[in-house]
Amino acid sequence: MSIEPILTIRGLEKSFADNDVLRGIDLDVMPGDCIAILGASGSGKSTFLRCLNFMEIPTGGEITHAGTTIGTARAGKPRHYPETELTQVRQKVGMVFQQFNLFPHMTVLGNVTEGLRTVQRMDKSSAETSARAELTRVGLAEKADEYPSRLSGGQKQRVAIARALALAPDLMLFDEPTSALDPELVGEVLNVIRGIADEGRTMMLVTHEVGFAYHVANRVIFMADGIIQEIGPPEQVLKNPQNARTQAFLARHKQFEF
Amino acid sequence: MYEWDFSAVLDNSDLLWQGLVGTLTITGTALAFGLPLGLLLALSRLSPSRWLAWPAGFVIEFFRTTPPLVQLFWFFFALPILMDIQMTPFLAAAITFSIQSSAFFAEVFRAGIVSIERGQWEAARAIGMQRPQAMRRIILPQAVKRMIPAFTERSIELMKTTTLVATVSYADLLYQANELAQKTFRPIEVFTVTALIYFVVIFGLSLCVQGIERRLAVSGDSTVR
Amino acid sequence: MDYVWDFGSVYEYRAALWVGLINTLRIFGICLFAGLSLGLAMGLARYSIRRWLRWPAACFIEFFRNTPVLVQIFWFYFAFPILAPFEISALMAAALGITLNSAAFSAEIFRGGIQSIDPGQWEAGRAIGMRYREIMARIILPQAVRRMMPALTNRGIEIFKMTTLASAIAYADLLHQARLIASVNFNPIEAYTVVALAFFVILYPIVRVTYVLERRMAKGD
Ligand SMILES: Nc1ncnc2c1ncn2[C@@H]1O[C@H](COP(=O)(O)OP(=O)(O)O)[C@@H](O)[C@H]1O
Ligand SMILES: [Mg+2]
Repeated sequence: MSIEPILTIRGLEKSFADNDVLRGIDLDVMPGDCIAILGASGSGKSTFLRCLNFMEIPTGGEITHAGTTIGTARAGKPRHYPETELTQVRQKVGMVFQQFNLFPHMTVLGNVTEGLRTVQRMDKSSAETSARAELTRVGLAEKADEYPSRLSGGQKQRVAIARALALAPDLMLFDEPTSALDPELVGEVLNVIRGIADEGRTMMLVTHEVGFAYHVANRVIFMADGIIQEIGPPEQVLKNPQNARTQAFLARHKQFEF
Repeated sequence: MYEWDFSAVLDNSDLLWQGLVGTLTITGTALAFGLPLGLLLALSRLSPSRWLAWPAGFVIEFFRTTPPLVQLFWFFFALPILMDIQMTPFLAAAITFSIQSSAFFAEVFRAGIVSIERGQWEAARAIGMQRPQAMRRIILPQAVKRMIPAFTERSIELMKTTTLVATVSYADLLYQANELAQKTFRPIEVFTVTALIYFVVIFGLSLCVQGIERRLAVSGDSTVR
Repeated sequence: MDYVWDFGSVYEYRAALWVGLINTLRIFGICLFAGLSLGLAMGLARYSIRRWLRWPAACFIEFFRNTPVLVQIFWFYFAFPILAPFEISALMAAALGITLNSAAFSAEIFRGGIQSIDPGQWEAGRAIGMRYREIMARIILPQAVRRMMPALTNRGIEIFKMTTLASAIAYADLLHQARLIASVNFNPIEAYTVVALAFFVILYPIVRVTYVLERRMAKGD
């Protein structure tokens, strides 16, 4: 018996007009994986992540989620992705944004229950029970009735994490979750993410926090020119990179400590 | 020197009140139909489908760039012949001002909707919402709040525009004033009082709008230009 | 629908429509020029440091912004002649109403435009020894007018549409002529459709121009 990957990514391509951002990415995401993605700005890290929950529609390749290849093949054209199928996948692949994107007109609790109520049609009291459990997990149970405008950046991002977790996704995507935060607020968010990783949840994380990647990730990817240049355990990729591009990138980020 | 004499106006003030009620009735009717129709037009114009976006765009642009009085005459004199229906001044005015104001409201809705950051759409999609759900639950509630000052401004414009119904003999305030002026031979007093009534009602409304604007400006939520 | 469209009957009376169009353009030209000029004066007065200029300007602006144009036109046509020592024609009454109304609205545009200019520009002007009038004319207005172009063009479009109100007091504008043709020929459908299309064809290109202007402004050009 082999373990099934949560995501199987094969030959993934994405172009914007004539800008080929992703040029063929292969990756298996296994249950319990915590994959950190590094790379220079503009190397396509966000685009890669956004293709995985179809915020961007891939222009080539295949993504298989829990045994189902998403979309339908078309002769001589990229696959066709019906919206109803994508909304299903997005519930199972949660995403946390750099800019939080909380819904400002809803309370913290409203933000977290929104997916359960509107998308999954859960009744109000069960939705609130699960939402409060997620808020407790990110340490914000007492903020349930506040509006987002009254929270600090770190608290907002933790609510955004709870909102994604509430749908019980089998994969979490984090796109630079701490880049928009004041330095003193980075720690609380990283702690929450580490807690989730320690529970054995599967996640992929774009980050510039190389030290965090080293300690939390079980695999590290270095991206450049729209492909994976190097992938492996953090000790290997971060301490003993083989690829010249990875070496150059890490040389510029040498200020971190393991 | 002209001798002002307001007694004729005061004795017949009930006529003017009836006129004001007529004005408010037609304004209210046009709002009741114009707002939902405007939302529908805005959603169509923003739709990814060209079959919806194009006709909606045309209706909006056409009713915004042609004079309302021409529209009113068209609906009053031409439509009954085309459709073989009984046309009344009220019906013609209701149709004209509902459609005309909906074209303007559509642009207010559209401006509000496109002013919502892309991140809100993305966050909604990321938790599995479809476009209509995201529009209804996430985008519109935020957009409407920002649009309130622009809405009120447009509604005031609408009330001023409804004076045109007097030209097809709907008994609004201006029409009643005209009748009264001819009856009493006191046009100066009648039209001056009428202008003042309009001023008090409309200026009062504008003051409310400014109050709302100021409160929304504090929270940085208004899209009024 | 089995209505048979007959635009020939309108075409026969094209001379009457032509007269109407000329009259529409005439009143439009008067109101555009007078309305914007008076609007500029009112906008400057509203922004003035002298209270005896600021207050009357504010009252004028608020009064004419907050009453319907048609009421103003009726007042000038039916009431004003009794007070005025001279004859008031339909053209004069309509032009007065539309001009004063447009002046009030454009005064707010001018005021907003002038106030949107960075106070540093005033200081820079004063620092090289220029006086209020010189700074306003040579430094502030040229910059402000560029920013106000979309709003002023929109005002122009509104004025053009407003000219139809003159027909309500029997000024022989395009709409009035169409009304005559319709009553002579019993063809209101064609007559009013032609007028509606005429306005659309004349104004829509200008509307497009305002979109371009607005987009250019938004880009911070
Ligand atoms: N929506 C888009 N439209 C056009 N180009 C885009 C879009 N999103 C990203 N790109 C381009 O794709 C490239 C990679 O961007 P991104 O994935 O954001 O990189 P990273 O997250 O690694 O900084 C950039 O050149 C960017 O300009
Ligand atoms: Mg990025």
